[in-house]
Amino acid sequence: MSTGEIRRIIIIGAGQAGGETAQRLRQGGFEGDITLIAEEPVAPYQRPPLSKAYLKGDLDLDRLLLRPPAVYAEERIALLTKTRAVWIDRANRKVRIEGGRELPYDALVLATGAKPRRLPLVGADLEGVHLFRTAADVDRVRERFASGAKLIVIGAGYIGLEVAAVARQCGLDVTVVETAVRPLARVTSPEVAGFFLDEHTRQGVRFVLGGQPAVIKGAERVTGVGLTDGAELPADLVIAGIGVTPDVALAEQCGLTVNNGIVTDRQCRTSDPNIFAIGDCAARPMVHFNSQIVRLESVHNAVEGAKVVAATLTGKTHAEEAPWFWSDQYDLKLQIAGLFHGYDHVVFRGVIADRAFAAFYYKGDRLIAVDAVNKPGEYLGAKMLIQAGKTLAPDVIADTSRPMKELVASAR
Amino acid sequence: MPKITYIEHTGKEHVVDAPVGQTVMEAAVKHAVPGIDADCGGACACATCHVYVDPEWLAKTGEQNSMEQSMLDFANDVETNSRLSCQIKVSEALDGLVVRLPKSQH
Repeated sequence: MSTGEIRRIIIIGAGQAGGETAQRLRQGGFEGDITLIAEEPVAPYQRPPLSKAYLKGDLDLDRLLLRPPAVYAEERIALLTKTRAVWIDRANRKVRIEGGRELPYDALVLATGAKPRRLPLVGADLEGVHLFRTAADVDRVRERFASGAKLIVIGAGYIGLEVAAVARQCGLDVTVVETAVRPLARVTSPEVAGFFLDEHTRQGVRFVLGGQPAVIKGAERVTGVGLTDGAELPADLVIAGIGVTPDVALAEQCGLTVNNGIVTDRQCRTSDPNIFAIGDCAARPMVHFNSQIVRLESVHNAVEGAKVVAATLTGKTHAEEAPWFWSDQYDLKLQIAGLFHGYDHVVFRGVIADRAFAAFYYKGDRLIAVDAVNKPGEYLGAKMLIQAGKTLAPDVIADTSRPMKELVASAR
Repeated sequence: MPKITYIEHTGKEHVVDAPVGQTVMEAAVKHAVPGIDADCGGACACATCHVYVDPEWLAKTGEQNSMEQSMLDFANDVETNSRLSCQIKVSEALDGLVVRLPKSQH
């Protein structure tokens, strides 16, 4: 398919992946029609601050917008807000939106994102029980997010812990309930998880680890959470951060290959060559993860997908960037590069007790990931190594007498 | 509203109205100034908003903070007037600020 044939591009989903795709297509010189379909009532915005500065009230929605709303019209990007795509007709290359209108496309980009998992519990629909995905979700939380309120966070992943940190800073009484025996079980090593557990405990967060919520109690509004062991925790607010599921409904409806996300090739092309899928909803083979097919939920992955699709559709190429992530909790900045899954040993540079250290994850003699806490240089250095497929011996990386920059320069 | 001039590596200039309280990075990204990627949105997590502050403005923009310094240590073509633009807050005092962009952010 040559780019000359593509005059109409439709992007379904206007999160960071969809928004960036539209913008990058224009920057890349695409002059045809771009339609960006958004379910939410606002222009694309950044989600990471929702559980951080936005929840705290330090940033308003305007500051989260990727671009000012007026820019879409200026750049001839048709932004359809409060609009749901309901059907894809692959044979005739059309997208039907709610209300019945059909929009033709030459290339279609699915950036449908992910939906937060709902608590599978009686009482989950009570007032005061919240999911955490959109700005509107957070606006509802903020109505009762006041000093002294009793908050129960269900799920000790990044979202749960970031919310807990902001809540403590705002004076709420916070309990985190997690079914696993440690926080961040899916995303980091026991050592780093233990550090964050200690920090939150020191800040006054209570943890119920290995705790299984059984029921949300209350008449209209939530009053507490009952656990399977019979314990009952009082609550004015419950926030569930128990993960997301990729939104693959449209892809399944039109028969694309789906396996924990819409499966694509390196160019983000689905099993239909005219349809691409990017961001949280998509899974693709990653150079920096042994070409295994993975689905990531991150800003890096959203932006990367946008870059790849925009490059492909404007006849260019894009060199894949190693994955990176971050999380802000209290005065701690956690920066992550690479994917730690499948590591067989971890080496520390710096001392955990100093609250500034980096954990380097190895698989055999290969460096595959880093978790850096208040150590931005270690993070960036390791990211460069992973990007370049280079490694450093564990005893070398642990030697803090040599600056990270020097170590990176010596790596092979 | 303060005006900031961004000069691309090619010499192309962009003059942008920058709201007080936002960062020099945000004003650039919101006006689609090419050459500032800022993938992390200003969390000081990606080091892709590197700029060179015009020397006569250095006193007014302040100095690199320690996190920024560590990040810039690994950026390309770092100079003494290098900053991460997400760490420079726009104020009335910065009306007229000129920053230059590096060849690449990666």
